[in-house]
Amino acid sequence: MNKAMKCTAGTAEQYVLLQVNNLVKHYDSRSGLWGKITGNPGSLVQAVDGVSLTINRGETLGLIGESGCGKSTLGRAILRLHEPTSGSVTFDGTDVTKLDADSLKKMRRRMQIIFQDPYASLNPRKTIEDIIGTALRLQGVAKSSDIRGCVTQLLENVGLKPDHMTRFPHQFSGGQRQRIGIARALALNPEFIVCDEPVSALDVSIQAQVIQLLDDLKRELGLTYLFISHDISVIGYISDHIAVMYLGDIVETGPTKQILTDPQHPYTQALLSAVPRVDGSGTGDRVKLTGDLPSPINPPKGCKFHTRCPYAKDECQLKKPEHHELKNGLTVACHLVTGN
Amino acid sequence: MTEAQPILSISNLQTRFATRYGLVTAVDGVSLDVMPGECVGVVGESGSGKSVTFASVMGLIKPPGWIDGGSIKFEGQELVGMSERSYRSLRGKYIAMTMQDALTALNPALTCGFQIMEVLLAHDSQISGSARNRIREARARVIEMMMLVRIPSPETRLNDYPHQFSGGMRQRMMIAIALACRPKLLIADEPTTALDVTIQAQVLELITDIRQTLGMSVILITHDLGVVAEYCDRVAVMYAGQVIESGPTKSVIGQPSHPYTQGLLRSIPNLANLDKRIRPIEGQVPELIDLTPGCRFIGRCDVREEACTQRVEMRNIGQGRTVRCIQPKGNVQ
Repeated sequence: MNKAMKCTAGTAEQYVLLQVNNLVKHYDSRSGLWGKITGNPGSLVQAVDGVSLTINRGETLGLIGESGCGKSTLGRAILRLHEPTSGSVTFDGTDVTKLDADSLKKMRRRMQIIFQDPYASLNPRKTIEDIIGTALRLQGVAKSSDIRGCVTQLLENVGLKPDHMTRFPHQFSGGQRQRIGIARALALNPEFIVCDEPVSALDVSIQAQVIQLLDDLKRELGLTYLFISHDISVIGYISDHIAVMYLGDIVETGPTKQILTDPQHPYTQALLSAVPRVDGSGTGDRVKLTGDLPSPINPPKGCKFHTRCPYAKDECQLKKPEHHELKNGLTVACHLVTGN
Repeated sequence: MTEAQPILSISNLQTRFATRYGLVTAVDGVSLDVMPGECVGVVGESGSGKSVTFASVMGLIKPPGWIDGGSIKFEGQELVGMSERSYRSLRGKYIAMTMQDALTALNPALTCGFQIMEVLLAHDSQISGSARNRIREARARVIEMMMLVRIPSPETRLNDYPHQFSGGMRQRMMIAIALACRPKLLIADEPTTALDVTIQAQVLELITDIRQTLGMSVILITHDLGVVAEYCDRVAVMYAGQVIESGPTKSVIGQPSHPYTQGLLRSIPNLANLDKRIRPIEGQVPELIDLTPGCRFIGRCDVREEACTQRVEMRNIGQGRTVRCIQPKGNVQ
């Protein structure tokens, strides 16, 4: 369980580690018993609605979108923390969605998650040693006599002291708790980590410490991240590629630089121009969006963005746009952006 | 400074709380002036005393907390020690505050329309006559306010409860309540923290529009330096209960003097220049219990020296800027 050994694989050639194909996660409350009792018809929440993604080994894919767009659901559906409705997730050649419980448990050693809220994601009644060591014990990768040593090592890796091990979560600040969450995710020496808004609950100066830590760990251990956030500057800093999500769909993907400097989808443009910039560079021609995110229970027909899009045409209300690849490496789903 | 009288003048404010762990000095010697029509940003991390400072201004500090010294003057009138009765005629009418979390700040059992109307009925002397007449008049004003904050179809939404609105709309409802009596000063405590960027831009632009049309002053409490850079005329940076740097936004953000402000700016990834590595400020904000008299930032500062263990006073460094550091550097690399 010694770390840092595994990172030899991170060589230059591009190697697809994770391939998500047409992944769908719908929450259906239409046929429930409660609906029958109350006569309430229930609803179908289309949280993730046919998402395809590719992540290369050793890279970070930043997933950005507003709250309620399905980012976290997607992250969890990939790990099967929420069972996907349909579609496939291929991790290193294995279709994760088809695994039985035993194989899935084995697979989980290789895929981990860091949660958003460091106050809610640590059990307040367990010591740090228990919290980090549980995964090691459950997976049987360390003998109980070795666990303490592993936890010591993990705590040092994330910048905490070994004697913190006997403390409880409430004795730590938000930033320290998030480090504990990171140590827990690293315990099984995974290859792939879903970082679900790992810094959004932290203050600016602490946020920078945690981003730095995640970035360093990625390099040292050859990790691959799916980094979910609503903060574009954080995503831009840490990601190699960015995927922009809107109401259950990916609307644009591409290399970080292209997305940030030359976004093609009107939603990406609006999202970027809405960010207030410290250097004042973001003002001027702001693409303004009106209204709120529509409900995923009854999403707009055609292009889901047409209700807020400043350039929407008739076509956008009727037909769902296909993804097409542009010359500069971006893939965009918009009727107004054509491939040539 | 200009000859105009500040609309709000806080000087040397001390607010303390008695806790079972000891005496917490949440606000320690904060001074701040706000001019008519001006937008002042107050930035700081959690626990820096931003919210407590303005809760003190609003007279909302209740035991075990108390204002231990200093003065808060609103249009020349001293607010510290003012009776609750006089405060009630001031709050909501002349100074209004929007709270951080719109969902918990609104009463879930009352319709949003009623919550706006309540303020008008309590304060607006123009609304008079029989009870029925007053309600009719107030209702018209509520619809007007809801239109001002761009709530679609206000005539029907008036009767909706807070849970029926989205986060951005709730925040705009709070602003409608705060602005109902056209106050001279709006204190907006983290008005956009819980909101997405596209909605954040809507809310901040709304506040700016209304500020310009009503000519009111705005204090924007936030932890987002980007928001300050775009929307505020002046900024005060707070750290561990003190204002450590203040001045015109452009010059403070362009050329921060205090090591903390510099560190804060280096901690933010810059979208325009992504190759620039961020440099976090190491360590954590100190506990506010039993503080030593010296500089609060001493434990995290790269340029500390012996003299920093003595009390550091706010110093004027010209161009309307002040800084609480014994060796402020003029520039950030």
